[in-house]
Amino acid sequence: MGKKNKKGPAKTGAKKTDSSVPVFSHPKSLRDVDNHYCAGCGHGIIHRMICEVIDEFGIKDRVIAVAPVGCAVVAYDYWDFDVTEAAHGRTPAVATGIKRARPSNIVFTYQGDGDLAAIGTAEIIHAANRGENITVIFVNNGVYGMTGGQMAPTSLAGQKTATTIHGRSLRREGYPIKILEMLAVLPGVRYLERVAVNSAQEVLRAKRAIKKAFKTQIDNKGFSMVEVLSMCPTYWGMSSIQAADRIKTDVATFYPLGIIKTY
Amino acid sequence: MARKTLMCGNEACGEGAVLAGCTFYAGYPITPQNELIAYMAKRMNEIGGTFIQAESELAAINMVFGAAAAGLRAMTSSSSPGMSLKQEGISYLVGCELPCVMVNIQRGGPGLGNIAPAQGDYFQSVKGGGHGDYKIIVLAPASAQELLDHTFLAFDLADKYRNPALILGDGLLGQMMEPVDIRASERKPQVPEKPWALTGASGRSPNVIKSLLLGDGALEAHNIKLQKKYSAIKDAEVRFDTVNIKDAETIVVAYGSVARIAKAAVLKARAKGIKAGLFRPITLWPFPEKELSDIADKAKRFLVVEMSSGQMVEDVKLSVLGKAKVDFHGRMGGGVPTEEEILAKIEEHG
Repeated sequence: MGKKNKKGPAKTGAKKTDSSVPVFSHPKSLRDVDNHYCAGCGHGIIHRMICEVIDEFGIKDRVIAVAPVGCAVVAYDYWDFDVTEAAHGRTPAVATGIKRARPSNIVFTYQGDGDLAAIGTAEIIHAANRGENITVIFVNNGVYGMTGGQMAPTSLAGQKTATTIHGRSLRREGYPIKILEMLAVLPGVRYLERVAVNSAQEVLRAKRAIKKAFKTQIDNKGFSMVEVLSMCPTYWGMSSIQAADRIKTDVATFYPLGIIKTY
Repeated sequence: MARKTLMCGNEACGEGAVLAGCTFYAGYPITPQNELIAYMAKRMNEIGGTFIQAESELAAINMVFGAAAAGLRAMTSSSSPGMSLKQEGISYLVGCELPCVMVNIQRGGPGLGNIAPAQGDYFQSVKGGGHGDYKIIVLAPASAQELLDHTFLAFDLADKYRNPALILGDGLLGQMMEPVDIRASERKPQVPEKPWALTGASGRSPNVIKSLLLGDGALEAHNIKLQKKYSAIKDAEVRFDTVNIKDAETIVVAYGSVARIAKAAVLKARAKGIKAGLFRPITLWPFPEKELSDIADKAKRFLVVEMSSGQMVEDVKLSVLGKAKVDFHGRMGGGVPTEEEILAKIEEHG
């Protein structure tokens, strides 16, 4: 993505464009620092979208985030608001404690598929079932990135990883887990949507979903969660372009995009 | 004018927390601490605090982590098997320097064990049951009154040092009903400012709470800072109680409910003309090392009595440093030593 377009968009309509309004700028909630993510990784895009949404709602001074254990463990180095770490998978329990302690703050967790769908399964299900008024951003890239590309509970059938060198066997490792569909049956859950960040079009949809999820919390509606299908070119053993294509051809065909539950 | 209320130890503990300004409790049912979780459910509702029956002890300690990070006085409680599950969270709380109070109403182990009183979690409590180099403040009450008083104190100590504090009781103390002097109006909790808490970065730069320190030397520096804090706690917070130790030749060392039984045995020994005394550590960490060492200059023999195979006795030996004989008598798996048993041990070498 480019920097500020000083000239503004092309003048196509009759209405004159105000060139003093930037069409693209750095979100206030996102620190202007280099990040550690690999080339082609989705985390940077997702971090940014969250920050844009926080800026648009004007809630930077009310937000408290809970960072995961995984590739996004140092998310607090990039976000310019209050953040705490949490033990691997305990993220929704920590968020529960914060939100109950400070109901007027906006509390969200940022979790990967190992954090949320493996070690933290109990915590996410029960936070959702209690209808905790928190927002969960669940980044599903189907692999453990930080530890070196091991199988995640969300890895697809046949996916080669450091711990499934001949591909994930459904008989041996079981089926990829669809957390959103599991949570959808819980009455305490208000808003669930699955999005992707493999194209500009999907990124725009993803941002709308994240905005809706935060709005759900701001309006005190209850538990909201967005699953973001994201790329890991490094541990998928692909180029960034191939990884983005794989989301469309393989990942989103198993994990269907769209609203799973709304109010 | 003291007006006493009849309460079981678990309830007294809960009331101590409420008096200290605890407004957040998360826990999971386990015997023999169930009166405590039920009491907190009732009292949090009455005072407009938060009570959560968590899905597990793992979740409960992490909810406390969240509430503590948000600046509240928060508590969780459990019994031995549940405390094993909390160890991960305790390590993170320590690493992040978050204050909170935890209560372990011990039962027999290992494994599922039984629900009888025991002191088998001493090592887990005072040596750091989770990963990493750390210490938590451990208080060992010996009555329902002390369960209230020590829980109240534990909140002040936790906040003062930004460190978790543990109340180490047992099933006997938790279940036993005794008159308790609540004295609510006389108690003034010492709650410091918490500028580090997560409240939303309004009018200040963002706060980050973390224990992950990847920079070159950063984690060692953090550990050195923690150790300095532990030294300060050791210097200022050692607490203990003694009975008849001035001229004593045999010093019985016991904590918690065992200390009450041992006290009766010591008094019986005195009645028989045996120079026996009782030393009762109230803080198990920091352990009263110096005090025991000083006593070892005069006393001939220490008799450590525990409801374990011998855990605190190691700290007594480290304090005494060979200056006197250290004997041990222990019962395990829910066995409770009797007055007669302890008296016989006092007399054995008396």
